[in-house]
Amino acid sequence: MMRAIYALFRRDVMLAIRMGGGPSLGLGFYLIAGTLAAIGLGPEPNLLARAAPGLIWVLALLACLLSLDRLFQADFEDGALDLLVAAPSSLSALVLAKIAAHWVTTGLPLILGTPALALLFNLPFDALVMEMITLGIGTPALSLIGAIGAALTIGVRRGGLLLSLLVLPLYVPVLIFGVAAVDASASGMATGAHLSLLAASSLIALVLAPIASAAALKLHLS
Amino acid sequence: MFNLANPRRFYDLAQRVEPWIWGLAALLLGYGLYLGLFVSPADYQQGETVRIMFVHVPAAWIAMMAYGAMAAASATSLIWRHVLADLFAKASAPVGAGFTLLALVTGSLWGRPMWGTYWVWDARLTSVLILFFLYLGYMALWAAIEDHHKAARAAAVLCLVGAINLPIIKFSVDWWNTLHQPASVARLGGPSIHPSILTPLLVMGLAYMVLYLAMVIQRTRLEILERRLMTALAAEASQAAPAQLREAS
Repeated sequence: MMRAIYALFRRDVMLAIRMGGGPSLGLGFYLIAGTLAAIGLGPEPNLLARAAPGLIWVLALLACLLSLDRLFQADFEDGALDLLVAAPSSLSALVLAKIAAHWVTTGLPLILGTPALALLFNLPFDALVMEMITLGIGTPALSLIGAIGAALTIGVRRGGLLLSLLVLPLYVPVLIFGVAAVDASASGMATGAHLSLLAASSLIALVLAPIASAAALKLHLS
Repeated sequence: MFNLANPRRFYDLAQRVEPWIWGLAALLLGYGLYLGLFVSPADYQQGETVRIMFVHVPAAWIAMMAYGAMAAASATSLIWRHVLADLFAKASAPVGAGFTLLALVTGSLWGRPMWGTYWVWDARLTSVLILFFLYLGYMALWAAIEDHHKAARAAAVLCLVGAINLPIIKFSVDWWNTLHQPASVARLGGPSIHPSILTPLLVMGLAYMVLYLAMVIQRTRLEILERRLMTALAAEASQAAPAQLREAS
């Protein structure tokens, strides 16, 4: 069971890295969208620093969303998904392995690319550290919740657009708690409560998302 | 009760009950609007605009209730594989979305004179807006998947995920920003508003609920009818096809 999970995780990470440069694409989107946002807002440093915590979070959310539609789609098209469903291991566990691989190849690069955005947005160092901590706690929830949407929309024409409509409303709590922690730390207030709530969102998603995604995958393959 | 679960029985019963429910909805709506627009006094602070509340508040109630009903039907459909529950949930979504939109529009019309702006990013407005998006996503998913059974089950999964998320969204948004006045009807220690306003509010709430039922029952019945029509057409087509083939050869 653990071997199957690890093998699947490794395969997905390898595929993402070696085929079409998955991680760098999401990161590229993150940086160029940040540049466009700065151009749209204007070059005023204080305004940019004020908008940065929320803006960076929204960009991370969108970058994650854009990579979601391939999460199950490729396996669905080439038939690998049928094998996963038929495998003796629990489908929820296998789905979790795929979600973990998704996070390692999209969430993690985004966190590592955040200092570059912070530089562009004139974000102070303390706020940058907090931003990276909140992204670290919150992005797993993005991959987990997103997986439900991705599983529901496999085989659907123009699934990507539909996916955003399904998933983005569910991202609201993660966004709120994440930005609230960065804002609180910027104004010198305690951040413990925000971080705990953010972690709670990720943990709830960790429990529920694999089950819901597995149910969604099964219904499409039945 | 369980006999109703049979789509055919439901269809027959719905057909008989529908005129009465529509009639009851019209009566209650007329009475509630009369109470709200003519009998109840204008507010000493808000003036006549307070009357928007009689249209607005019950719409927000039904917006939430309809999602609850949808979630219950979705759970029924996933657990017992119930056809009628699927159709009920599908029929409920546009009606719930309509009431949500009504709550949003009337709320912003009320906000213009009261807060000086059509929209503020207040907690309750925001969470109702997100509820509206959840309805849209649900309907979009139904529309996107062609196979009816798959669409029904996918939509049911989505609806339940949304139902688990709704309290979290509500809580997070509440905490994010609060400007809207706190709930004043359903709270411990009894309502804090005067009966002259409370009575029309409750009558309107009841009227909306009956209106919701009337629309959902009719939509569910029409879904059954459409399903039958599709089966009949498919049967006809499969009978006609061999004959056409024979003529061609």
